[in-house]
Amino acid sequence: MRRSIAPVLAVLVAAGCASGTARTSGSPSPATTAAKPATQDTSGRIGSQYPSTYTRHPNPPVLIRNATIMTAAGQEIQGGSILFKDGRIVAVGTNVQAPSDATVVDGTGKWVTPGVIDVHSHLGVYAAPGTFAESDGNEATRPVTAEVWAEHSFWPQDPQIPLAIEGGVTTIQALPGSANLIGGRSAVLKLIPARTVQEMKFPGAHYGLKMACGENPKRVYGQRGGPSTRMGNMAGYREAFIAAQGYRQKWDKWDKDHQGDPPERNLRNETLAEVLRGNIYVQNHCYRADEMAQMLDLAREFGFKIRAFHHAVEAYKIADLLARDGTAAAMWSDWWGFKEEAMDGIHENAALVEQAGAKADIHSDDPGGIQRLNQEAAKAMYAGRRAGIPITRDQAVRWFTANPAWILGLDSIVGTLEPGKMADVVLWSGDPLSVYARAVQVYNDGWLVYDRNDPTHQPKTDFTLGQGGPRQ
Amino acid sequence: MIAFLLAQTIAITGGTVYPVSGPKIENATVLIRDGRIAAVGTSVAVPAGATRIDASGKWVTPGFLDGAGQMGLREISAVNNTNESSVSGDPVAASFNVLEGINPASTLIAVNRIEGITTTLAVPNGSLILGQAVLIDLDGRTIEAMRVKSPAAMVADLSEGSKDAGGGSRAGVAQRLRQVLNDAREYGTRRADFRRNQIQNLSASAADLEALQPVLRGELPLLVIANRRSDIETALRIAKEYKLKLILAGVAEGWMIPDEIAAAGVPVLVEPLDNIPSYDALGIRYENAPLLAKGGVKIALMETATENTRDLRQEAGNAVASGMTWDQALRAVTLTPAEIFGVADRYGSLEAGKIANVVVWTGDPFEFSTGVDHVFIRGRDIPLRSRQTELLERYRTLPPKY
Repeated sequence: MRRSIAPVLAVLVAAGCASGTARTSGSPSPATTAAKPATQDTSGRIGSQYPSTYTRHPNPPVLIRNATIMTAAGQEIQGGSILFKDGRIVAVGTNVQAPSDATVVDGTGKWVTPGVIDVHSHLGVYAAPGTFAESDGNEATRPVTAEVWAEHSFWPQDPQIPLAIEGGVTTIQALPGSANLIGGRSAVLKLIPARTVQEMKFPGAHYGLKMACGENPKRVYGQRGGPSTRMGNMAGYREAFIAAQGYRQKWDKWDKDHQGDPPERNLRNETLAEVLRGNIYVQNHCYRADEMAQMLDLAREFGFKIRAFHHAVEAYKIADLLARDGTAAAMWSDWWGFKEEAMDGIHENAALVEQAGAKADIHSDDPGGIQRLNQEAAKAMYAGRRAGIPITRDQAVRWFTANPAWILGLDSIVGTLEPGKMADVVLWSGDPLSVYARAVQVYNDGWLVYDRNDPTHQPKTDFTLGQGGPRQ
Repeated sequence: MIAFLLAQTIAITGGTVYPVSGPKIENATVLIRDGRIAAVGTSVAVPAGATRIDASGKWVTPGFLDGAGQMGLREISAVNNTNESSVSGDPVAASFNVLEGINPASTLIAVNRIEGITTTLAVPNGSLILGQAVLIDLDGRTIEAMRVKSPAAMVADLSEGSKDAGGGSRAGVAQRLRQVLNDAREYGTRRADFRRNQIQNLSASAADLEALQPVLRGELPLLVIANRRSDIETALRIAKEYKLKLILAGVAEGWMIPDEIAAAGVPVLVEPLDNIPSYDALGIRYENAPLLAKGGVKIALMETATENTRDLRQEAGNAVASGMTWDQALRAVTLTPAEIFGVADRYGSLEAGKIANVVVWTGDPFEFSTGVDHVFIRGRDIPLRSRQTELLERYRTLPPKY
């Protein structure tokens, strides 16, 4: 459970997708810019073979009134209201009128945040009940498998999905595991009940490319032809991208002149070429500071950006380099010590990254942790404050909302509570930075996907039916 | 010399004291002398020369006790050379006591004690009969100095993790456990015959059968890992047959049968944030701990991630969010586990005569906003330093101070 990471690529904009009023959401971080949602197919030669079929669930307008609203855009509004309609946030403030057809929710004593986003999940690819039959996260047959896509493993009936929804999660990046140097493409998904992964694919999201540093590839391939060392890891990435450079040149030339037959397609290089073109975001599992620095050099060699280091346990040691290169750090609040490259984890990691001006994110990599990313962010915020690092409550909320939205290139669409943004909204029983708070209602694109007090809004997967468990 | 003696008397004054054995006391003093609690209350006279700790506005509780993990037995779980918690080979390892595998210099100890964990159970790993768990305080230069109770429990596993030891079937697991207990019983009454080889072959070594004698006498608890409802019931059945003193751990589907567990008088150890279904426990849920507590079961909470034993307080807070009362949760990380492991005469509450494991918190110990001001273990004011605090100081400003 405590290992893994990410892949990438841009999805098609499907009909009915929300695209939001693009806005750089007041990030204090100088190193980052709002991502442009991909507006065309950037997946290479495949056209629209794997499109999102996501459509917004119809629902009445909702007004949550008299709550404390944490916008993740700089405000914490006491006695505030939020109105959303047709999947969009219409208004946030202290004086919001409800249209006559709106469902009015009393938020007295409750809090509201944007939907929780986890940039590092293996839901659906390492599904419960966790047998070999559901173990579809690592194509651990060779160290570079840029050709595989997490969405082709994803099981929408994973019983862990409703648990994450109950924790307020509205968007995830489902990633291949970290056995491989290059593990494959991620799937960026709306976390909703669905029959097919296509119905969950977040329209306009960039694919990610999962890459992994350090111990895992070495361990898996050390006795199987390599790599068996960290220098072998580096050589492996470089060889793969050199091949992709040649592939990209051939196709770029052909796209321009259409001379002769088109070059032969190669799935692996197709994905890597999209990384080189900047359309697929590199999501890089990397624990150690010195290895992150190596990876930043590798990205420079090939002219791409690493969007985020995941499991960046030592990010605090090179937070200045992350700020310089505009690379985010996705972190746990307190995981450490379970493997050698995780020995130097400290509670103040996220706070120190934030203080250095880099983008901090709290991720889970874990079906348990994804249910309480708000708690993990709170833990990291208060640890930072106790160490004298002045993290604001808004910043802590951004660690599990706006910043992961940026990592996925979705920050113009989701991640804050601002007019025009997609109505991914969580109503909490209390302060979400308290251990005692629970998500009471979760809206995904305006759809009430979970209501703690209403069994008709408590989704169950097929798997749990007839099992005699708690969700019958 | 006089200064040395005086330094052993510490008065924690002005705090809100949660003795656990009784209701909270506002503006109370906890007096510590020579490693023990000397007095608790609002009218405690502070001796001249005592070290005073001002706890005004603070919360004072017993140190937390986690009945899980491998503290001291495991530095890095992925590095085998740093793991001492299991002996390979025989699924019956009753004579394996983990005590001498404990490393008092483990970096995990300081990381966790400075967040309020003062005592932990060090539990063996393995399959059917894993060995003997020991209870340790998280301070001391030697194993002897850390030891609270050894053995504190014999550990067995009736979950799916033991199926191989039963030939691949849960029925086989139960049969094998009974066979070992039967043989231990026979061995206990016929040691002389055993030595003269005038006894049929027994299913475990003499050392293992000897180690099971206090279990058969009902003196040493048998701590059984079981999650599926039917496995919990098998454990209850076997414990009844052999009149064992049973502790259940895991107990994921215990919420289905709180009455049965309570009626058997069996205490349980539960991890509140465990809710991911597997075939070992499809009914696992957050509400397990509160439902067991509501059903009258004696319950202690645990955090099983050794390196983050400190998250026991997050487990407790979440148990409250899922329906336990706050008082139940505090008791479930202090006095109840002390009772379960038979050390409540010395541990688990703030009462005169008890070992001075005391924590001064800045607020509610279960809340993230709360920090630790002082941790006393056996009366020693523990420096709030660890490898992690040293890393923080080194890298607080970049470039680091090498």
